[in-house]
Amino acid sequence: MNPARRKRLGRILLNTAGVVVFLYAIFPVYWMVSTGFKANDQIFTTEFIPFPTSFTLEHFSRVLTEGVANNSIWLYLRNSAIVALGTVLIGSLFALLSATAIARFRFRGRGSFLITLLVVQMLPSEAMLIPLSVMIRRVGLGDQLLGIIVAQVAVTLPFGIWMLRTFVAAVPKTLEEAAWIDGASRMTTFWKVLFPLVAPGLVATSIFSFITAWNDLVFALYLMSSSEGYTMPVALQYFFGQKGVDWGAIMAGSTLMTIPVVIFFLLVQRRMVSGLVAGAVKG
Amino acid sequence: MANTTTVARGGGSSAPGRRRKRPGGPARPSGLPSWAVPYVLLVPGLLVIAGLLLYPMVQLVIISFQKFGIAQQRGRPADWVGWANFEKILSTELFWTSLRNTVVFAVVAVTLTLVVGTAVGVLLHKLGKKMSLFVVIGCMFAWAIPPVAQAAIWRSLFDADSGIVNWALNLLPDWLSQALFGRADWTGEPWLNDAFTVYVVLVFCVVWAGFPFIAVSVLAGLKGIPNELYEAAKVDGSGAWRTFRKITLPLLKPVFAVLTVLSIIWDFKVYTQLHILLNGPTNREAFNLSMYAVAEAFKPPPKMGTGAAISIVLTIILLIITVFYVRQIVKQEEM
Repeated sequence: MNPARRKRLGRILLNTAGVVVFLYAIFPVYWMVSTGFKANDQIFTTEFIPFPTSFTLEHFSRVLTEGVANNSIWLYLRNSAIVALGTVLIGSLFALLSATAIARFRFRGRGSFLITLLVVQMLPSEAMLIPLSVMIRRVGLGDQLLGIIVAQVAVTLPFGIWMLRTFVAAVPKTLEEAAWIDGASRMTTFWKVLFPLVAPGLVATSIFSFITAWNDLVFALYLMSSSEGYTMPVALQYFFGQKGVDWGAIMAGSTLMTIPVVIFFLLVQRRMVSGLVAGAVKG
Repeated sequence: MANTTTVARGGGSSAPGRRRKRPGGPARPSGLPSWAVPYVLLVPGLLVIAGLLLYPMVQLVIISFQKFGIAQQRGRPADWVGWANFEKILSTELFWTSLRNTVVFAVVAVTLTLVVGTAVGVLLHKLGKKMSLFVVIGCMFAWAIPPVAQAAIWRSLFDADSGIVNWALNLLPDWLSQALFGRADWTGEPWLNDAFTVYVVLVFCVVWAGFPFIAVSVLAGLKGIPNELYEAAKVDGSGAWRTFRKITLPLLKPVFAVLTVLSIIWDFKVYTQLHILLNGPTNREAFNLSMYAVAEAFKPPPKMGTGAAISIVLTIILLIITVFYVRQIVKQEEM
């Protein structure tokens, strides 16, 4: 085979492999969405039906109007949104303050604080759940959304600080010094100079916390006893009922809870990679 | 990817130190002495980490030495039982099957995720710009799906009656299916009834959701290797496999170290997907350590003491693995 042909063959093989990987990644997602649009006779069949020829909105409208476990799905979506946004608001503020301290100052205990951040990120939340549930109930936050928010802030904050500190460090120090020389106070400098420049990083960390809190099943499931407080992931498992699995509803519900995550995720996935792998990836 | 990773390395974070050493310098009108500023900024973060992560960790240790049931949750003082909880779990068979499930699953899932992820990462590096972007976007979807939805999807694919896995296996020629699996008919095969096959499904689910992170990280690492090295290797007549082994792998070693440790940690404590596949902590044969701990602590009657003891075992294992992670990161990064 001459080199040009060999090269072309190689290209074709590579691209074929690319398409295979794409299909492998996307097919289950496609299956979720398309099942949500299939009529039941196309879902409950031993045949493989690649496209919903009986395209229906029945499952989506049923999920949105009938709900599950005695409540409407809107309540669960609302609970999920409250937990995720609450986590983001509290977490981002705390993360910004800590990240500024780490990136802008050298102080005693800085190194140990950074290492603590790395270690506590790895603690299993299922293990933290036991003492946290006891503590949260003791202070009267059991069975309240605020209780879940508190747990989520604890879980997301270490990585949030870790991620955000690099954004703060990337803002040139000279900008702040110029403001000081002009007589601005530390507070003014922080809000007027640093904050706007760190905003993109703050968005990235916020989205990360949002996704973590939005996706969480464990805390929401075991900190809440009444169904009014369920979040979407908790509610979803109720579709796997006793009378058999309602795949149309599950996939419609899963699609609904996935949409915001996918949108947000596509915005920040690069930051998540660099945050986790940190210096190991030399760009 | 290049620009974000340079940001992530935190270039320039070493400079500020020099500038702070002026306690008597021009008064900054915040009213705080300079040395106190970082500590004040750290207060909220420290309170959360100390109060909601480190203190609960201590509580977990304390609870693991107590008899802690429903009365104690309501505030009744708990009885100290010494090592009884640990002795109890170590003598239960369920603990050992859970530990075995945890470890075997992690080994299989981590290996497969790393192999698939690395292969895809290398492929992405070789593909043209447009094709590479196309594949990356596909992978992002798999990565972004919430764990609950991931598990729901894979549960439906492996469903006994309407799942397409059974359909696909039935398509295999009978002799082939017979030779591979010792059976030809897969109609109605209930994958989620048996602990072993539950983990087969879980491996599929976790590898599918986990490989994109590995692939993208490996891709970022590959982009960082200077092209001259490969040109030099080519001039020296090194083959593709040799080049990969002698140049790519050694240079990516730090990336792999971090990715391996992270994957081990994540797969060791996988809970949500297993919970959905099993319909909650029901099939005890299929428990892993996190599910065993949660089931013990929260399924009525709640036995938080033994639940805590199991959690301690899991946490200790994870902390040992985390040490490697921290060491790698500290080595790589000028913190």
